[in-house]
Amino acid sequence: MVAEATTAAAQRSITIPVPDGVRLPLFLDNHSTTAVDLRVVQAMLPFFTQHYGNAASRNHSFGWTAESAVDRARGQVAALLGGDAKEIVWTSGATEANNLAIKGAASFLRKQGNHIITVETEHKSVLDTCKRLQREGFEVTYLTPAKDGLVTPEQVTAAMTDKTILVTIMLANNEIGVVQPLAAIGAAIKAKNAKTLFHTDAVQGFGKVPFDVEKARVDLASVTAHKLYGPKGIGALWVRRKPRVRIDPIIDGGGHERGMRSGTLPVPLIVGFGKAAELAREEMAEEAVRLNALRDRLYKGLTSRLTETYVNGSLEHRLPGNLNISFAFVEGESLLMALKDVAVSSGSACTSASLEPSYVLRALGVGDELAHTSIRFGIGRFNTEAEIDYVIELVVVSVERLRALSPLWEMHQDGIDISSIQWTPH
Amino acid sequence: MAYSDKVIEHYENPRNVGTFRAEPEVDASEVGTGLVGAPACGDVMRLEIRVKDGLIADARFKTFGCGSAIASSSLATEMIKGMTLDQAAQIKNTQIVQELNLPPVKIHCSVLAEDAVKAAIEDYKKKQASRATAPVRETQAAAPAATPEP
Repeated sequence: MVAEATTAAAQRSITIPVPDGVRLPLFLDNHSTTAVDLRVVQAMLPFFTQHYGNAASRNHSFGWTAESAVDRARGQVAALLGGDAKEIVWTSGATEANNLAIKGAASFLRKQGNHIITVETEHKSVLDTCKRLQREGFEVTYLTPAKDGLVTPEQVTAAMTDKTILVTIMLANNEIGVVQPLAAIGAAIKAKNAKTLFHTDAVQGFGKVPFDVEKARVDLASVTAHKLYGPKGIGALWVRRKPRVRIDPIIDGGGHERGMRSGTLPVPLIVGFGKAAELAREEMAEEAVRLNALRDRLYKGLTSRLTETYVNGSLEHRLPGNLNISFAFVEGESLLMALKDVAVSSGSACTSASLEPSYVLRALGVGDELAHTSIRFGIGRFNTEAEIDYVIELVVVSVERLRALSPLWEMHQDGIDISSIQWTPH
Repeated sequence: MAYSDKVIEHYENPRNVGTFRAEPEVDASEVGTGLVGAPACGDVMRLEIRVKDGLIADARFKTFGCGSAIASSSLATEMIKGMTLDQAAQIKNTQIVQELNLPPVKIHCSVLAEDAVKAAIEDYKKKQASRATAPVRETQAAAPAATPEP
């Protein structure tokens, strides 16, 4: 069959009526960041102009008020991960927390060993930190996940040697939302060598899926506020006290945070992080059910109307609200352009400066041609059913239009195997 | 990254989309096809020219690629219409860059469009040459420059 002749209707972009209650632009990129919950903002406000003391000031009430607010927030954040308030080390965010955990542990344990284990699908703040350590003489094993994005405890222990000082594996992936079996992995690591430290970049899963540092047997956990309807610019590293985990600081100064992270504490941000954690603890279970339902609605709405779509990563072991899906034969950035009033992201190379598609999808064995067609939807607290229905309609119409423009779609329709063609990579 | 108005305009109203194979009035012997790029690189352009009396009478394209790639190929089909093959072969990607205000990271889209035009001209010329030597064989529909292997 030869594709349909040129028809004006198939080429032009089409405008979908915006239903009542849906306001554009619409934010469906909640893995990149989230709006701050108004209840969080309310909690923060007094700490800008009223209680503006330095939490390190020990000799007046301004300082005491700030310090007690910071301590309360420590408890709120610690409670959400099952730890103790005294184990929270505030950082500027998760990138710093990951740097501190990995570099700090590597530096402190250098005499014990020089081997670190991580996974190819980790966040860049973990991977690039590991790469730097490699240049400094450490050895790093990068585990390849299975096609569903998961790593197994056996994979981890098989890579462990008597030089392994640290294993770092994320709780949930930022692109595909796949949630790793940390409890099983943690148990396996500790059974093989109780001295090997276990760190998790818990950023994406924190407050979204159940996570408990005791159950996961982790020693270090990185978290951040802005993925959790809290403010940007504040994160934390949870550092186990029993048995005591010691790391070297990467920022020296006044000895704040038990010497692990010097610098004046951003009290309003910390208060906001605490409030965000408290809300997540209270509402997570209910919110997960709602976000899963919205995600399933989006998934079914798209896949029931479009063929040749592929979900990237396990649909079962996945964050609520995450859908990473490839629309074969439609390049991701061109689809983003059609969805211009909807904020989503793509694994397409064209969205990055490197011109290479998502390394996460590559690690899963997703071919580059499909990786270029992937879109990440991140549904969050403030998204509604009406918004999802609008997005389904818009995506379906846009994919159909772009497929009508795609020579690959036409070949596919004509029964030509795209992989049999001698392409000219450029 | 923000797109230029011209890229958006071509993306939203692409010119000359399609294939001559779907147009019964077009004789396959008048058509040259360029298929360039690779799915794994995220862009593939197929550009067809219809040649009459030594002039490019019409053109068609389909593109898998970002908005800038779609706009570049759409613009290329417009630029070459009415040109001789020699004139069209002189088209430079920099003209496309200028016309569409492409940023540096999108220059490869314009290069691909230039390549597609050249490949279509080559294909047409090759077809004419083989018609001259073996006129009986060349009666099939225009085959893409890169043909599927058996």
